[in-house]
Amino acid sequence: MSDAIMAAESVSKVLGSGAGQVHALKDINLTLRGGELTMLMGPSGSGKTTLLSVLGCMLAPTAGTVQVCGQSTEGAGAEKLAAIRRDHIGFIFQNYHLFPTLTAGENVQLALDVRGQRGRNARSKAYEALARVGLAHKIPSYPGELSGGEQQRVAIARAIVSDPSAILADEPTAALDGANGQSILSILAATARDPNRSVLVVTHDSRLTSFANRIITIEDGRLTGERRGSSGTPKLLTAAGDGY
Amino acid sequence: MPLNVTLASRNLFHDRLRFVATMVGIVFSVVLVMVQMGLYLGFGQMVTKMIDHASADLWVVRKGTKCFEDPSLLDANLHRALSGTAGVARVSTLVIGFSDWKLSSGEITPVFVVGSDLAQDVLPPWNITQGSVKDLTAPGAVAVDLSYDQRLGVSKLGDKADIRGHSVRVAALTEGIRSFTTTPYVFTDLGRARPYVGVPNNKASYFLIKLKPDANIETVRHDLLQTSSDIEALTSQQFSDRSRSFWLFGTGAGAALFAGALLGVIVGTVIVAQTLYSSTKDHIDEFATLRAIGSSNRYIYSVIMYQALINAVIGFCLAALIGYAVVRATSAGALPVVITPPLLAAIFTLTIAMCVVSALTAILRVLRIDPVMVFTR
Repeated sequence: MSDAIMAAESVSKVLGSGAGQVHALKDINLTLRGGELTMLMGPSGSGKTTLLSVLGCMLAPTAGTVQVCGQSTEGAGAEKLAAIRRDHIGFIFQNYHLFPTLTAGENVQLALDVRGQRGRNARSKAYEALARVGLAHKIPSYPGELSGGEQQRVAIARAIVSDPSAILADEPTAALDGANGQSILSILAATARDPNRSVLVVTHDSRLTSFANRIITIEDGRLTGERRGSSGTPKLLTAAGDGY
Repeated sequence: MPLNVTLASRNLFHDRLRFVATMVGIVFSVVLVMVQMGLYLGFGQMVTKMIDHASADLWVVRKGTKCFEDPSLLDANLHRALSGTAGVARVSTLVIGFSDWKLSSGEITPVFVVGSDLAQDVLPPWNITQGSVKDLTAPGAVAVDLSYDQRLGVSKLGDKADIRGHSVRVAALTEGIRSFTTTPYVFTDLGRARPYVGVPNNKASYFLIKLKPDANIETVRHDLLQTSSDIEALTSQQFSDRSRSFWLFGTGAGAALFAGALLGVIVGTVIVAQTLYSSTKDHIDEFATLRAIGSSNRYIYSVIMYQALINAVIGFCLAALIGYAVVRATSAGALPVVITPPLLAAIFTLTIAMCVVSALTAILRVLRIDPVMVFTR
C-alpha cells in the first residue's frame, strides 16, 4: 500500500460559538493514500465540506491533528497553511470558481503563477493540463464561453497542473448533467491512478460510486462507514477511534 | 506580461464604467495638483524675474527689504564706499518704484518703473522686438511690453504718454515681460527714472555689485556690510529666495496653492480608494479562490497593487496631456503655469503614492478573506 498522503487523527471541529455552536466533526480518523479515488458521501449538513476544509488546510481542527505529506498542520498560521495547500493540494469546487476575465489557458496557468512558476514553461504545462482534460481547443476561450462541463474540466486542469499529491473536489458534478458528471469523474479517476496522488471527492451522487476505489460515509460529523470500490456496503464503526 | 498584472488589468478594464470613474477622479486630482504646483512655480518665476535678469553678483539692499518691489531706499552716497571695497569691480545704481502713467486720452494707470544705468547693461529690458536699449538713452525714451499696449495706450515706437508730468516716448517694445502684479513695467535710464518715481538724487533703491574675477564673494559681502549698518548684501539667489518667500508665503498665496494641491491629493486618494475597494469587493470570490488554491497574501496584494499602479500610470499620462495643454494655453498669460521635468517627476511619484495608499483599504478587505468561503459560494 502507498504511503499516507493525508491523515486526520482524532479530528474534531466546532463551528460557531455560544448557543450557535455546532460540533461539525467528531473524532475523525482518516487516511488518504496514493493511487486511490476516495468518495466522501453523506447527507447535507453531515460535515463533508467541513472535513474537506480541514483536510485541505483551510480550517484548523479544534482538536486532533492533520498531516499532509508528512507535514503536520498543528499550530500553522494562515500563510503556512496556504503554503501547504500550494505545495501539495489541488482543489476543485462545485461552482468551478474560474476567473471570468482570464482565458481557460490563463486560469490554469494562474495555479502555477501563484507557485512562482512563470514563463513559457508554465504556459506549456498549463496547455498540457488542458489537453489532458480534452480542452486543448478551448485554451483561448473565456469561462463565459464554455459550458458547465467544460468549465469544470478547466478547474480540474487547474487542480492537476501543479502535480499535487492530493486533489480535493467538493461536489464537482453537482452543477452538471449526468453525462458531464460521468465525464468529470472519469477524468478524476484517471488522475487518481497515479500512485503518488490521492483524490478525495465529496459527492451526493450515488451514481458516481463506480469510479471510486473507496467510499467513506459521514453522518452528523462522524465517519459511519467505508467500503471498497463499487462493491460491498459500508461497514459500521464499532468504536470511537476506528480509523478508515 | 506576468499573470498577476494581467489579472489586475483585466479586473480594472472589465468594469468600464468604474474604470472611467476612477480615471476621472485621478485625472481631476492630478491636474489640480499639477496646475496648483505649476502656478506656484510660475508665480515663483514671475516674482523673481527682475532679479534673475539683472547682471549682479551681489545686491546691496536696505536692511529688512522683503522683495524686489520693496520701496525702501538707500543713501546714494554709499556708492563711493561700496566701490572702494576690495574685490568689487563695479557698483551700479538701480531706482525702482510705482508711478502713474497718463495716456493721451487722459486716463491714468499705475506702472512700475525700472531705472538703471543703461551703459552698464545692469538691468536693461530684454526680449526687445522693436527699438533697442541704445534708443532708451534719448530724452524721454522708455521701453514697455507689447502685452500692455491697451493698458498703456501705446502700440508702436514713437507713441507718447506722460509719467508724473514728464512726457515720455516709446523707444523700445518688448515681448513677454509681464508683471505678476499686473502693473506694467516701464524701463528707462537711471537719471530719468528718479523724477518718474520721486526718488531724489541722494537716494537709490539698490546697488548691484559685480565682483572682480578673483574675488571671494563671502569676503566681499562681509566687507560691504562694514560700510553701513543699514544694509544687507545678498546674492542674487538669496534675494530671489527672499522675494519668492515674501510673495508666496508672506501673502498666503503659496499656502493657498499648496492647500489646493493637498485638496487634489485628498480627493484623488479617496476616489481611487473607493473604486479599488469596491472593485476588490466585487472580485472577492476570485481573491478567495486565489487564497484557497494556495496563493500567498503577498501575491494577492500584488494584484491589488498592480491595479493601483495601472490606475496611476494611465491617470497620470492623461493628466500630463491636459497639463501640457494648460502650460501652452497660459504661457503668454500674466501668470503662466510652469511644469518642469522635476515637477512632472514629483507629481508622477505623488500619483503612484496616492494610488498605493488608496490600495490599502482594499488590502485590508482582502486580509479578512476566509478561503473556506469558496465552498459556500
